[in-house]
Amino acid sequence: MREIINMPDLGPMMPEIAMLCLALFALIIDLVTKKKEIVAIIGILSAGFVGYLLAGSSGEVFSGMFISDNYSLFFKVIFLISLCLSILLSIRYIKIEKVNFGEYYSLMLFSTLGMMIMASAGDLIVLYLGLELMALSTYILAGFIRHERRSNEAALKYFLLGAFASAFLLYGISLTYGLTGTTNLKAIALYLTGNSITANPALLLSMLLLIVAMSFKIAAAPFHMWAPDVYEGAPTPITAFMSVGPKAAGFAILGRVFISAFGSISAEWTAVIIPIAILTMAIGNILAIAQTNIKRMLAYSSIAHAGYALIGVIVGNADGLSSTMNYLFIYAFMNIGAFAIVTILKSEGFAGEELSDYEGLAKTHPLASALMLIFMFSLTGIPPTAGFIGKFYLFMSAVRAGYTLIAIVAVLFSAISAYFYLRVVMYMYMKEPRTTIPLSSSMTSGIAIAITAIAVLILGIFPSGLIDLARMAVMR
Amino acid sequence: MEPGYPLLSTLIFLPVAGSILILLIKRNQEGLIKWVSLLTALVEFILSLPLFTGFDKTTHIMQFVERYEWIPSWGITYHLGLDGISVLFVLLSTLVTILCITISWKSITSKVKEFYIAILLMEGAMIGVFSSLDFFLFYLFWEAMLIPMYLLIGVWGGPNRIYAAIKFFLYTLVGSVLMLVGIIVLYFEAGKTFDILELMNRTYPYQLQFWLFWAFFAAFAVKVPMFPVHTWLPDAHTEAPTAGSVLLAAILIKMGAYGFLRFSLPLFPDATRAMTTPMLVLSVIAIIYGAIVCLAQTDLKRLIAYSSVSHMGFVTLGIFALNSQGLEGGILQMINHGIVTGALFLCVGIIYDRTHSRQIKDYGGLASVLPVYAAFFMVFTLASIGLPGLNGFVGEFLIILGGFKAVRWSGVIAATGIIIGAAYMLWLYQRVFFMEVNEKVQGLKDMDLREIVTLLPLIILVLWIGIYPDTFLSFMHPSVEHLIQRLNGQAIATRDVSNLFENAKELMEVIR
Repeated sequence: MREIINMPDLGPMMPEIAMLCLALFALIIDLVTKKKEIVAIIGILSAGFVGYLLAGSSGEVFSGMFISDNYSLFFKVIFLISLCLSILLSIRYIKIEKVNFGEYYSLMLFSTLGMMIMASAGDLIVLYLGLELMALSTYILAGFIRHERRSNEAALKYFLLGAFASAFLLYGISLTYGLTGTTNLKAIALYLTGNSITANPALLLSMLLLIVAMSFKIAAAPFHMWAPDVYEGAPTPITAFMSVGPKAAGFAILGRVFISAFGSISAEWTAVIIPIAILTMAIGNILAIAQTNIKRMLAYSSIAHAGYALIGVIVGNADGLSSTMNYLFIYAFMNIGAFAIVTILKSEGFAGEELSDYEGLAKTHPLASALMLIFMFSLTGIPPTAGFIGKFYLFMSAVRAGYTLIAIVAVLFSAISAYFYLRVVMYMYMKEPRTTIPLSSSMTSGIAIAITAIAVLILGIFPSGLIDLARMAVMR
Repeated sequence: MEPGYPLLSTLIFLPVAGSILILLIKRNQEGLIKWVSLLTALVEFILSLPLFTGFDKTTHIMQFVERYEWIPSWGITYHLGLDGISVLFVLLSTLVTILCITISWKSITSKVKEFYIAILLMEGAMIGVFSSLDFFLFYLFWEAMLIPMYLLIGVWGGPNRIYAAIKFFLYTLVGSVLMLVGIIVLYFEAGKTFDILELMNRTYPYQLQFWLFWAFFAAFAVKVPMFPVHTWLPDAHTEAPTAGSVLLAAILIKMGAYGFLRFSLPLFPDATRAMTTPMLVLSVIAIIYGAIVCLAQTDLKRLIAYSSVSHMGFVTLGIFALNSQGLEGGILQMINHGIVTGALFLCVGIIYDRTHSRQIKDYGGLASVLPVYAAFFMVFTLASIGLPGLNGFVGEFLIILGGFKAVRWSGVIAATGIIIGAAYMLWLYQRVFFMEVNEKVQGLKDMDLREIVTLLPLIILVLWIGIYPDTFLSFMHPSVEHLIQRLNGQAIATRDVSNLFENAKELMEVIR
């Protein structure tokens, strides 16, 4: 008897399937063990295994609903790296916060799975599926410190505003479907080039709605309001995770939807994204100056960085996209590195989140301060750190495409950003310590910090390999 | 004579290696840290001597060239080389670093390890700036230098150091990032190359030259610093520790003028010629304004800082006179100013270590308490004024000559600046060293051997350049001539150029 339904080749989806199984496995292991470190190790091993599976996974399944190509591969590597680094940071932290539960790690795996699906989405419905999986897991993670009011507030705020954004996304999807009769990205692109409905206000509305939803995910102004509160309240390793993974995932779908599907109306959406990018850089960099809490400051800084990364999307060609991806890759290391130092400053009964807690840190903990210095200069974009390479590539692609003015605006904002990044350096090196703050560093957080610091320096001096990878990732 | 090994790379990375070595030394072994850094700087200086002896003075072509692929996808190469314009600055950097280490020997007592790491990293970056022939590489060193300098001012500086450090950093950064955009525009305009030599072989449309000139101006003018973006300098100089002030005065602010010479003039010749008048006006304002402000200063370091503004006005005047006297005088004056102002800051550091005061009113009658010190200070004061026979004279004379030839009034006003310069320096000397002995300086010890050894090389250079400047001028002749050719490339016919050179040679003879 012939089979009526052909079993599709699941090869391209293998990493996601493996991730799902491993996340469930971690959940089960959590029930039988008291040592939660085991779950953490399973989490890291899963990331490694999934990373290994990524290598042979290119192709499409479910008639183009799920695409595994170099583009998605590059993003998935970012997700897996940020997952590993965040797990390494979490092990000690959640013990100190007395929320040492195994679900924490499973949720991180689920969230990463969601991001991976987003990066591979060839269909708006799959995209929505991935986004919700990612978002729901992160909502819980943000509120994981149940006894802490700020954490609860963060989760609730994130959830409510996230739900709004999802609604916008769905509305945009349904309008697009109504106009084009399909949710498949390639089919939408074909339809839009084949039928001139460019001036159709419904199309523009759906594009606007999609931009709003995605701006929310990448914390771009004016949809950034949630970020400072959520970043401040969430457990610090989760803040690190959220500021990199979901943001990168947001950019992944932004690139897919706008550059491939809505490519034919690029003039229209660029006109919307340019002011968003400039506003994002302005708000992120200027409000960061006023912060006294380092997590809030880094939240505004991550808003600003979304603004820089948007430049590549505005450019809109392969060059621009690869510069954005290159930037996100570098950003993952430098931002998690900075949060890693914030994490180890937290110890029993001491938050270590105020900027003033960094006073004289160079005297009491010279190594941690020196590393923080590297991350701060990298975030500013001063060579020879990776942050400079990231920005340089972005500015280069912008100038090449004729957006010289945007490049000038961006460099001026990045000069402004020096003020608040260097303030951290100033507190560490140029003030005297008031008390000796104990560091809660552990072997695992040490590994995470070492990896990020080395990556920031190596990529800053030898960026060639990464640039080539980022270029390959966007070649069709 | 080219050495068989990558000399310039060695010079850049030896200090980096030294700082890594210091990183591995235990914090409490301060003596060892100091000796390692001094030894690194000495070896570095000895290694740099072949630049002086082995430099071919008959050509403008880059020497000691190294070139390797670095980031092929952007066409970026690791390209180093020196010509007559840059070679002296590398030598000055290696010399000054030694002096900075010896002068800080006793005065730096906190975070000793970080201090010497910062000094050595600075040295590597400074040499990198002067020897880069790839714009990307140049920018990398140019910006990387900000990190150790920011720390030097902010960590080991005076009471108002934090403000001074951030001001220095932000001013420089804003200027630099505008140049970065300029560099990228140039890259695409010239067909995707960052290679400076290749970029110089092309001509660019005037409109583009105009904008790029101003983008580069933003970076270089802040660094020089030219009026009106000079305000960071007095703060940074005053608050920085002695070594920081010396590095700033001797090397860092030279980079702005070097940038004009190396990039703005040859890359944008048409725009440069069109912009001569505003540049000369700004230079003259800096000369006069800087000098007048000096008269009102009550703080030793601040006074010398403002005198730097005035002296750098001479340098930019010489550069934008766009003739060989002006250019050579400008380059020589950069070296002179590095030596003399560096020495003056060292001198102030020596007395500050004893009294912990920078106020002029706290001094008086030092000549009878510290006679050796007074003698050293006198030489540098006179050199700064431009007394014939000392180095300042040669540079300033050439610049005024150049200025006079280019635009008469600029030479006239600049000469007035020298008079005010004599006034404020001599008045300073009088208030500090003569008059009644201030009770605060009673019984101070005179300079010890370490301090004398620190100042001695500079005294030798002051006299050497003053008496026989040709040793140094001969380095730059071919490069400067080449630069002028490039500048006049389209405008003046060959005959006129050769005419110009003959005039120049005649004038050179006169000077000799």
